[in-house]
Amino acid sequence: MTDDAGAFDAWWGWPPPVLDPAGPYADSVTVLAWALFAMGVVVTLVVVAALYVALAGPARWKARLGGERSIWILGIAFPGVVLIGLLVWGLTLTASLTDAITGDEPRIRVTGHMWWFDVEYLDRQGRVVLRDANELHLPVGQPVVLELRSADVIHSFWVPNLSGKEDMVPGRTNLLKVQADRVGRFGGVCAEYCGGPHALMGFVTVAHGADDYRRWLTGERVATAPADPQAVPGVMPSATRRTPASATVTGLNGLNGQQVFMDSGCAACHRVEGTGANGMSGPDLTHVARRLSLGAGVLPNNRGTLIGWIADSQSIKPGNRMPTYNMLSADELEAIAIWLEQPR
Amino acid sequence: MLVLAGGLVACKPPPQPRHDLDPAAIARGREAVIKAGCAACHAFPDIDWPKGRAGPALTAFDGVGPIAGTLPNTPGNLAAFVRNSPAAKPGSSMPAMPLTPREARDVAEYLYGIADDR
Repeated sequence: MTDDAGAFDAWWGWPPPVLDPAGPYADSVTVLAWALFAMGVVVTLVVVAALYVALAGPARWKARLGGERSIWILGIAFPGVVLIGLLVWGLTLTASLTDAITGDEPRIRVTGHMWWFDVEYLDRQGRVVLRDANELHLPVGQPVVLELRSADVIHSFWVPNLSGKEDMVPGRTNLLKVQADRVGRFGGVCAEYCGGPHALMGFVTVAHGADDYRRWLTGERVATAPADPQAVPGVMPSATRRTPASATVTGLNGLNGQQVFMDSGCAACHRVEGTGANGMSGPDLTHVARRLSLGAGVLPNNRGTLIGWIADSQSIKPGNRMPTYNMLSADELEAIAIWLEQPR
Repeated sequence: MLVLAGGLVACKPPPQPRHDLDPAAIARGREAVIKAGCAACHAFPDIDWPKGRAGPALTAFDGVGPIAGTLPNTPGNLAAFVRNSPAAKPGSSMPAMPLTPREARDVAEYLYGIADDR
């Protein structure tokens, strides 16, 4: 095989950089964060200077520092002015975070689970047109409304490049407006401790140009791969998908992957569109082949990692709800992986 | 006891590296291993997480014996094996990995770099 062209690009944006805004709703938060850091430094310097004077300064300065005047100035006026100023400025700066929702924005429902994210793309009537997991695709330059929910405990949705944190609370839908102003991949994390492998609960946001986004959405619905998988961000590089076209159902070793998948009980938790697999307690695996990551943002997605994850996900993400399947033979694991890799 | 152990080590002949190892290639190989997710199945000494148990641990890669029990242990064979093991060793339970030939050579260097034979 000579696929130098498919040089592997596994940077799927996780873990995310926290001070690199890519849209208006993250911009104001980042400016505020820097301002708070700066004020923190100024206040620390004032405190250290006062401490130095109190310990080693000349007697006259010490007396002045201990006087009533300095308490009025440094203890009441300075913090009062600084805190009120920062509050007013911060509220003005971040006013856009509560921008009115017009109802014209595309809506995506993201549901937190222990320990992954269910992602549903909604049409104007609120019907689910596409179900995916741990990966969010957005059009660039357009606000998108996320309906944030939780299926179990309180999680928190955070894509630092796109916005501040928003809690995912059971029994409640929180709305969060996000917008990406540049094409790219932005990592996200669960930002509220939710037990077990909480630290390994991540996801990937992929911002596409408008045309690419439309192609991505419709391409998945009609189950046709784009002509050039490299051209669309978020689609696995060709080097990672080696399945010959003829091996659509049968693994390289002659085993029927779908059969093994069903016989091993995978369908109890996972759904694969167009098959009898309709479990809803685990991530939807219909489009798993096109995701950048496995295990909720923690592993690059290729056949090797897919097989390793199925065989022993507990060694990768201890405590996650998928049992270890190390009773499956290498051939069976590969057959399942090859079957899951098929574009749907 | 420690003194005794130290004495034994001191008596050993100077280490004889089996391969000419390029530190830059080793670093690139380690990067490639992390990016491709090899650690999902294999444990490596200098990769903290993950440390998958689905495949053999490579915490002390042995550059002496044959690769995967059958292939002559040459850098070329090792590079071919980490990149497309079913082709290099028919019947291998390790799948082909998304590595360019160049990356595969770096990964081979990296593996020899964690060998126990130095």
